[in-house]
Amino acid sequence: MNLEQPPSMEGFLSFFIYVVPFLIFVLSFVTFAILAERKVMGTMQLRSGPNRTGGRFGLLQTVADVFKLLLKEDTIPKDADRTLFKWSPILAFVPAFMVLAVIPFTKHFQFADIGIGLLYYVAISSLSVIGIVTGGWASNNKYSLIGGMRAAAQMISYEIPLVLSIVGVIFLAGSLNLNTIVGAQQSVWFILYQPVGFIIFYIASVAELNRVPFDLPEAESELVAGYLVEYSGFRFAIFMLAEYVYMFAMAAMTTVLFLGGWHPIPYFEMIPGAIWFAIKFSLIFFSLMWIRFTFPRIRGDQLMTFAWKGLIPISIINIFLTAIIYEILS
Amino acid sequence: MLRTEEMILNVGPQHPSTHGVFRLILKIDGEIIHEATPVIGYLHRGTEKIAEDLQYTQIIPYTDRMDYLSAMTNNYVICHAVETMMGIEIPERAEYLRVIAMELGRVASHLVWWGTYLLDLGSQSPFLYAFRDREMIINLLTELSGARLTFNYMRIGGVKWDAPDGWIKKVQEFVPYMRRQLAGYHELVSGNEIFISRVKGVGKYTKNDAIAYSLSGANLRSTGVSWDVRKNDPYSLYDRFDFDVPVRQEGDALARYECRMAEIDQSLKIIEQACEQIPSKGPVLGKVPRMIRPPKGETFVRIESPRGEIGCYIASDGSKEPYRIKFRRPSFYNLQILPKLLKGENIANVIAILGAVDIVLGEVDG
Repeated sequence: MNLEQPPSMEGFLSFFIYVVPFLIFVLSFVTFAILAERKVMGTMQLRSGPNRTGGRFGLLQTVADVFKLLLKEDTIPKDADRTLFKWSPILAFVPAFMVLAVIPFTKHFQFADIGIGLLYYVAISSLSVIGIVTGGWASNNKYSLIGGMRAAAQMISYEIPLVLSIVGVIFLAGSLNLNTIVGAQQSVWFILYQPVGFIIFYIASVAELNRVPFDLPEAESELVAGYLVEYSGFRFAIFMLAEYVYMFAMAAMTTVLFLGGWHPIPYFEMIPGAIWFAIKFSLIFFSLMWIRFTFPRIRGDQLMTFAWKGLIPISIINIFLTAIIYEILS
Repeated sequence: MLRTEEMILNVGPQHPSTHGVFRLILKIDGEIIHEATPVIGYLHRGTEKIAEDLQYTQIIPYTDRMDYLSAMTNNYVICHAVETMMGIEIPERAEYLRVIAMELGRVASHLVWWGTYLLDLGSQSPFLYAFRDREMIINLLTELSGARLTFNYMRIGGVKWDAPDGWIKKVQEFVPYMRRQLAGYHELVSGNEIFISRVKGVGKYTKNDAIAYSLSGANLRSTGVSWDVRKNDPYSLYDRFDFDVPVRQEGDALARYECRMAEIDQSLKIIEQACEQIPSKGPVLGKVPRMIRPPKGETFVRIESPRGEIGCYIASDGSKEPYRIKFRRPSFYNLQILPKLLKGENIANVIAILGAVDIVLGEVDG
């Protein structure tokens, strides 16, 4: 879409023509991502996962779950802050969805090719913590309050290594534009130039997504469900949707920044870029699941130590080394 | 003005990590605990009072429901107490069957502990692995006793019935399988960096504390005290088997973990030996009078359950019901140290400490 033109009826209409199918695409992705996760989890845990609703493979399980959640009674705790309680799922969901606009899925399939795409992504994605904190606060429940506070501490801490780890990529590509960044990986993917950056980005993104081993805000065995304790029905569904859309965005971003986006590996150029993107993206997505089913949860203080004393110094060193080596070689 | 206040956090009785209906009232400042008050009794059924109106054989099914994760040891302790009072001889085959059943129960109980402890620490998969293997033990015990959990298998003077044909062979096949699985579990969890960082140095207490609080089982052995009733005060046939008592010195949650994992190995060793030594034929019920009336007097016996030292005190007035019966339920005693351990800890550690104690609420509440 051309962002330079003034607002007009055509622009408005084209917004719907492009965005609504994309929205449906992402939602159906989330539907099947949840199913895939449950299936993979089942396989890893010696059981079969969903296998009733929608045929042998439980293809409609998530759809049924969503309908069930949508039809449930809308409960709000008596002493909750009603306004905030109602708004926080939306506050969590909107940023997760907004970041999808700048991700270049293929050379041509991108909604907003803005010059500072990467900065936009980082800035908007850091907003989603607000929804979680307000949700935890507004529920007027001690467990959700603790969960919300943990989420705030964790997501703000891990935002820093996340941003620092991509500075190396920006150096190498010489641009904040995501299309240019992918273009710069035509011959060599940045995972080879920036292995340390990739690892830090990956760890920080797991922490940003609140997944095991960094699932402290939800910590089922300690805080029951953390900030989600009082949420049920469609508000809970929206929180979960936000989480999975954010996961979609993070996996897509990892692909774009480090795995060469839609670029094929040599000699396999005949396979279209969209499929390459999907393959790389699925690998990242699968590894995120794999980690979830393997590791225990780490403790809050260990989490903080790991971010501030481990990831942040390493990522700063990585920036300097990248800069020096880049200067020497070019 | 900015100020912080203490918050009272009520954990349980319905909370995923309290292993039943245990309740903890925590006074917290941020995530740091200032005071912890355990509240128990939600599962109290008055077993000991009910038992006063029951004949001795009728008490056995009630003991199944105390420590429901290892009902065999509970069965044994009441039978053992009555047998001691009456001086009943138990046929050898019955005694071997009892030992095999008890040790299988110990392995099953430790497997449940291992799975749920990892679940408490946030790792989902080990739980299902543990339950797969426990299921095999449960199947074996079902074949033996007819029940999955509340076996009611032992009788005063022996066991209910003999093992079905080929059962011993199945147990012998299970032992190497379990050894392989155990090695896999060590590979999966015991060396995991995150797991070690969660349990190392957590919930630490000294040898003296452990003795002062009357702890037993792995909770005691993790502090360097080598005390196992099977070894130190042998009952049943335990003096015939060659096994070690795993002891650790550190006294933290990791030490308790290591102790229990090593105990699984030792139990397998005992099962293996018992399966070889068991006489292939013979009676399984000794000469027992039709009506069980222990002589007037009192007795106390103790055995080693997976959770610690389980004891049974019986005061008899010579009638067919006990005058007073009292169980020393190890979970209840092991729980005493919790308020001391939780003081000054992080909320995330509550679960790691409570889980490492290994309580069964049916036993705590009696």
